[in-house]
Amino acid sequence: MTTSMSAPQKPFRLSMLIYDTRYRSKTIQIAALIGFFCGLGWLIDNTVTNLSVLGKEPSFRFLTEEAGYKINQKLIEYTAQDTHLRAAFVGLLNTLLVAVLGCFTATVIGVVVGVLRLSKNWLIARLMTIYIEGFRNVPLLLWIVFIMAILVETLPAPSAFRGDSPAASMILGDSVAISNRGIYVPEALFSRSLGDISLFEGTSLQFEVSLDLVAILAVLGLSIWAAKWLGTRADRIQETTGKRPTTWYIQIPLIAAPILSLLFTLGFHLGLPELKGFNFSGGTHIRNSLLALWLALSLYTGAFIAEIVRAGIMAIDHGQTEAAAALGLRPKRIMSLVIMPQALRVIIPPLISNYLNIIKNSSLAIAVGYLDLTGTLIGITLNQTGRELETLLLGMMVYLTISLGISFAMNWYNKHVKLVER
Amino acid sequence: MSDTSFVRLEMLPGREPPANKTGVMRWLQENLFSSWLNSVLTILSAGLIIYSLNFLLSWAISPTWNATSLANCREILHDIGRNGHFTGACWGVIRERWIQILFGFYPSELYWRPILTLMLLFVALSRILFADKVPHQLIWLTAVYPFLMPWLLWGGSIWVPVSVATGLTAGFYTYVLVSRNSSSFAALLATIAVALFWVIWAGGQFADALSSLVLIELEPVASRKFGGMMLSVTIGVVAIGFSLPIGIVLALGRQSNLLIVKALCTGFIEFIRGVPLITLLFVASTLLNIFMPPGTEFDIIMRVIIMVTLFASAYMAETIRGGLAALPRGQYEGADSLGLTYWQSRRLIIMPQALKISIPGIVSTFINLFKDTTLVSVIGLLDPLGLSTAIRADADWNGIVWELYGFIALLFFIACFSMSRYSMYLERRLQTGLK
Repeated sequence: MTTSMSAPQKPFRLSMLIYDTRYRSKTIQIAALIGFFCGLGWLIDNTVTNLSVLGKEPSFRFLTEEAGYKINQKLIEYTAQDTHLRAAFVGLLNTLLVAVLGCFTATVIGVVVGVLRLSKNWLIARLMTIYIEGFRNVPLLLWIVFIMAILVETLPAPSAFRGDSPAASMILGDSVAISNRGIYVPEALFSRSLGDISLFEGTSLQFEVSLDLVAILAVLGLSIWAAKWLGTRADRIQETTGKRPTTWYIQIPLIAAPILSLLFTLGFHLGLPELKGFNFSGGTHIRNSLLALWLALSLYTGAFIAEIVRAGIMAIDHGQTEAAAALGLRPKRIMSLVIMPQALRVIIPPLISNYLNIIKNSSLAIAVGYLDLTGTLIGITLNQTGRELETLLLGMMVYLTISLGISFAMNWYNKHVKLVER
Repeated sequence: MSDTSFVRLEMLPGREPPANKTGVMRWLQENLFSSWLNSVLTILSAGLIIYSLNFLLSWAISPTWNATSLANCREILHDIGRNGHFTGACWGVIRERWIQILFGFYPSELYWRPILTLMLLFVALSRILFADKVPHQLIWLTAVYPFLMPWLLWGGSIWVPVSVATGLTAGFYTYVLVSRNSSSFAALLATIAVALFWVIWAGGQFADALSSLVLIELEPVASRKFGGMMLSVTIGVVAIGFSLPIGIVLALGRQSNLLIVKALCTGFIEFIRGVPLITLLFVASTLLNIFMPPGTEFDIIMRVIIMVTLFASAYMAETIRGGLAALPRGQYEGADSLGLTYWQSRRLIIMPQALKISIPGIVSTFINLFKDTTLVSVIGLLDPLGLSTAIRADADWNGIVWELYGFIALLFFIACFSMSRYSMYLERRLQTGLK
């Protein structure tokens, strides 16, 4: 008969829930869960009681009611008669617009400044340090309202462009007007347009997609793909035969010819802004609020990205530079072929969080009256309908979805370019 | 035998290096004119610097300190022959409003209170910030300060903060006594019971009883009188003070292997980090009262502080989690092999090292938090930015831009820049040389 070597089983006592490590973790977790649900229940109970006292049962019906307010900077058709939901959608598109613009310019500024800060030129490096410290240590909101105030107070009014000897004049061959009401730039017009197609017709989310734009993008994409294919083919031939066929004289027309002929067929021309009466008409009007937000976001985040880029470059061992130099590479090629690809792995994760910051910080638009998601849904709609709970919940969920979606996508990308460690 | 030695027998004296390889010349050549591209850049940026300094100085040196309105400024400048838009700064607005930008609408005869609070803050912090340079006894002031600060700022009876402090002390001693005889978990439960008892019933009575015995009170100041830099600093300091411990707990929770605790912490952190602060401030201004039991009227500054603290805690948690993850695995294993309990190992081995690693991140979270306090202007509080909008709306100062925003920017710059310099100093001081 075999005897068990294990300790004799003690009978279960209640105190073992606390003292015995086998049970303790479960006890703590269940306690935490109960605590969490108690807290949540308490909050929900309070909310329900308070709302019923106020006579406001939670309901999202307000979304389909008429909004009744105007949005002047918009990407899609919208009138004051549209619903609150559509106003929120216009706001969301405005958020995305300023976020995309901001991410792009902030990256450009950040990379240039970050590299220049490492420059051997003492003066340039100091100047870049001043820029970075100046922007990083002053609140973004201050920059936004400051730039807005500068745009409004110091730029010439549209009336200054009038008369025989105007105080201000348009730039770039009379095509761009910079005034205190914003910047007027030429717009693309097509005399033989393909028209638009409507998506989600009949709902609040209906929006028109210009077929001209789709056609241009498709043609451009196809020709770039063809040119790339030609380049890869040249690479292949070079690898097998050692001789590289010259391709640029085919590649350039391959990209340029189809797009130019398409633009010609569509009757592409620019609609220039013109001074008519008290204001400019024609062209695209970029309002001060968008400009101030865009500039401030780019300059502010650019300073942070510059530091990330600098840290990324400095994280690369100096031996890499020396080894590359020993191979006979010139400094510029060392940077682009050896240092940057490695530095990117360090740079990308914090860069993602800075992009997310731009999206979240774009909500400061409300301070200058640019109607983004915060301005429409959480600003005016909340004020008009008094639906704090619903609008805030909806707004937060949208921001959360965007943030989580982007960070998920970017992390996935990051995982692919990450150095495989052994 | 003839002497054919051609070996030099005496040393030659050392010679000066060529003129362009020493001193200023060498520095100039290496740092400013090392290549033609660098030379061009140097000349361009030197030109830019000279141009903007010239412009800035001639603008800033402007005899408008006593002006009473923007129009008055323009007249003064016109009288000395300076016409146009950028001919001179209008410093009158700063002279007239600087005190308001600092204190908002706080009663002017009580300015000594926020000033004293700020000075005490530095003294209280000095024990933590410069541990090796100040006497040890100051730690008492650090412990008392969190109770002193709200009393000094908001006024009222001194027995309210004293009652809170008594409750906390009672809770602490309950924990110590019970955990000596029983497990720490039981001690925790006992502490929670004591705390609830104090919060719900005994605390208020205690304060009332003491107030009726001896009334020591400062003139109360309503929250809506708070404003300017003082408001930013108050919100910032309180939120910073609370967000660090909450952040540590959240970070530990996210690292823990208790699944439910981990899920709760992760969910909280990701939610807060996924939404803009401004939406949370809207929650503070419109929703927080709805979440509370009917009849609760929360002070608006208190609500803002709660939301800002929660916001900062999530970011702090991620920073500290970075530090925890950067610690070598061996440190955790070493602590376990010594037989330390979870809290002992965190307190004695893991946290000190993790916090040291994450100092730069923690300080930059602090700086961001302090800068983010300006967002309260969006929900109508009169922080420096909110005040600047009000000042610009004043008929006298309508159209003023550079002087006002420049002044506010300078205030924030000084605060944030000194924080970041301090973090560098701390990093150097704690540098152990071991990586």
